[in-house]
Amino acid sequence: MTVDLFKSLAERYKCLACILFVVSFTMTCTDNKLKQAEYSFSQTDTTDWPESFGFGRTAAIDEIDSIDIDIMPDGTGLPPGSGNVFEGKIIYMARCSACHGATGREGPFNPLVGPMANTSKAKTIGNYWPYSTTIFDYIRRAMPQTAPGSLNNNEVYSLTAYLLYANRIIDSTVEISADNLAKIEMPAKKLFVNDDRHGGAEIR
Amino acid sequence: MNEAEKEKERDSGSLNKKLNRRSLIAAVAATSAFALVKSVSGQIIPAADSVIDDPTKKPGPAPAVLGTRSSFEKPVKKPSDTSSRTPLQDLYGIITPSDLHFERHHGGVPVIDPHKYELLIHGMVDKPMIFSLKDLKRFPAVSRIAFIECSGNFRTGKETMTPQEICGLTSQSEWTGVLLSTLFREVGVKPKADWFLAEGSDAAVMTRSIPVSKGWNDAMIAYAQNGEAIRPEQGYPARLFLPGWEGNTNVKWIRRIELSDQPFMTREETSRYTEEIKDGKIRQFSFDMDARSIITYPAYPVQLERGWMEIRGIAWSGRGKIETVEISTDGGKKWKAAILQEPVLDKAHTYFRYLWKWDGNETEILSRAIDDTGYTQPALKQLIEARGADMGGYHLNPTTAWIIKTDGRVLFRQEKWRDK
Repeated sequence: MTVDLFKSLAERYKCLACILFVVSFTMTCTDNKLKQAEYSFSQTDTTDWPESFGFGRTAAIDEIDSIDIDIMPDGTGLPPGSGNVFEGKIIYMARCSACHGATGREGPFNPLVGPMANTSKAKTIGNYWPYSTTIFDYIRRAMPQTAPGSLNNNEVYSLTAYLLYANRIIDSTVEISADNLAKIEMPAKKLFVNDDRHGGAEIR
Repeated sequence: MNEAEKEKERDSGSLNKKLNRRSLIAAVAATSAFALVKSVSGQIIPAADSVIDDPTKKPGPAPAVLGTRSSFEKPVKKPSDTSSRTPLQDLYGIITPSDLHFERHHGGVPVIDPHKYELLIHGMVDKPMIFSLKDLKRFPAVSRIAFIECSGNFRTGKETMTPQEICGLTSQSEWTGVLLSTLFREVGVKPKADWFLAEGSDAAVMTRSIPVSKGWNDAMIAYAQNGEAIRPEQGYPARLFLPGWEGNTNVKWIRRIELSDQPFMTREETSRYTEEIKDGKIRQFSFDMDARSIITYPAYPVQLERGWMEIRGIAWSGRGKIETVEISTDGGKKWKAAILQEPVLDKAHTYFRYLWKWDGNETEILSRAIDDTGYTQPALKQLIEARGADMGGYHLNPTTAWIIKTDGRVLFRQEKWRDK
């Protein structure tokens, strides 16, 4: 987060009826209380708010673990297990090719394969996806479209390996696991920039 | 209970028995000239083709458990495989009827039992917590009228396109819920947390990373829409609502929020909802919806008559209030300010009106919005100049021109883009 974004957010903020927002423009925000004071509000109420309303309950570790399925770009969240290109291709043909095509290029739905030099303008894992961890995260949470969540971790690792191989990012012998997935540099990463629109007179 | 009261109860009881809904409808049907039909929502209403000459001479149906649209009015959304569009040309004012709110989802509409619903907030917090729907409703609530617009909301390609087909992925409701900052306060968000993940409980388990500042600022966990529980298509029983930010970030059916010191780089914020700009760069985390407007009357498929009319439409900005809407009736040479219909709200559809007399000659009419940051809605040409000919399809908010032909047809002026 840049200070600029914070500032522009704060500047853009307009008062809502019934809610009094307190906004200040301190540039440093290393402390949470300060952050809260800068960007939060105090809702106009008939009495001061208590420290805590006491609604809701503490979440147990296993309750969190049972649905905390995201994988971060540094690999945090990747489960035990591993997969390889050979297994991945078999699973791909059985579970994915009907939608994404025999080689991942044909569709009918989102093409997945197309290295950087690909000129078809299709946005593929090889020419558009900036993080390898996203492949594992997305397949595991949402694919296959008709049976999401039906692949086990080893199958997802293998599919990830196959798709990286098909996009010429790894060679066919690389085994993919929590140890190496996040370290794979994706070709498109260097293309990504943060939003540069800020309102005002300029069209961006 | 005295005798009189007993009698009264007996009377009303027997009246209720005699005149329950079914028998009343049957009675009305038998004695009136109406044909009764089932409406879209399953209610019994008089059929449009069974109008009697003089409605003052026959009683109509009795009061019902639900209201219904007139069978003469048939506004409908326009669905595709992945979205369904609001019929902007059929609407008045600034509120989108809930059943006409646009839809965009990635794994269909889930059915969630409100009694089993839970929202988990965890990660960089002092106290990870789970809130039931009942818990969420106990906190101090806020209501806010604001739009939600999909960031992929521009279509072109033929002159016979309605506002619904061009940009029907924007709708407006009054949203009610608990501010996310209230929940942040409850769980104790840690100072190091700069982002949070919002995750839905649909079949796509859809996820987006959101800067924590938006959470402290004006984000809401909304559980009501236009005075009733949120519609299933809009995230029942609860959704994230981020005023002014691209629709996809307003995660529906929200089940989990995880605080973090970095974005999660989910599929929807990397391979989707990012746009190519100049020099082969790809712009990411483009949250704010820039100012936009469209004339919804007169617009295709209206057949226009010469003479006086009111040009009407909506304007909105994800960055603040609409300051001005300008209208051109000569293809963009001269611009004059329209009247903004109150209320003019922050990050909200604003209705505009412009009185005009059409002389019968062919012309083009356009609107352009200016918001309170000083941003003026661009023409598509300006967007191409700024982002390059290969620009992506998200965050396109060009002015829309309607060609009025001498025979009164109103046609969309197709925009040239990517040689299409």
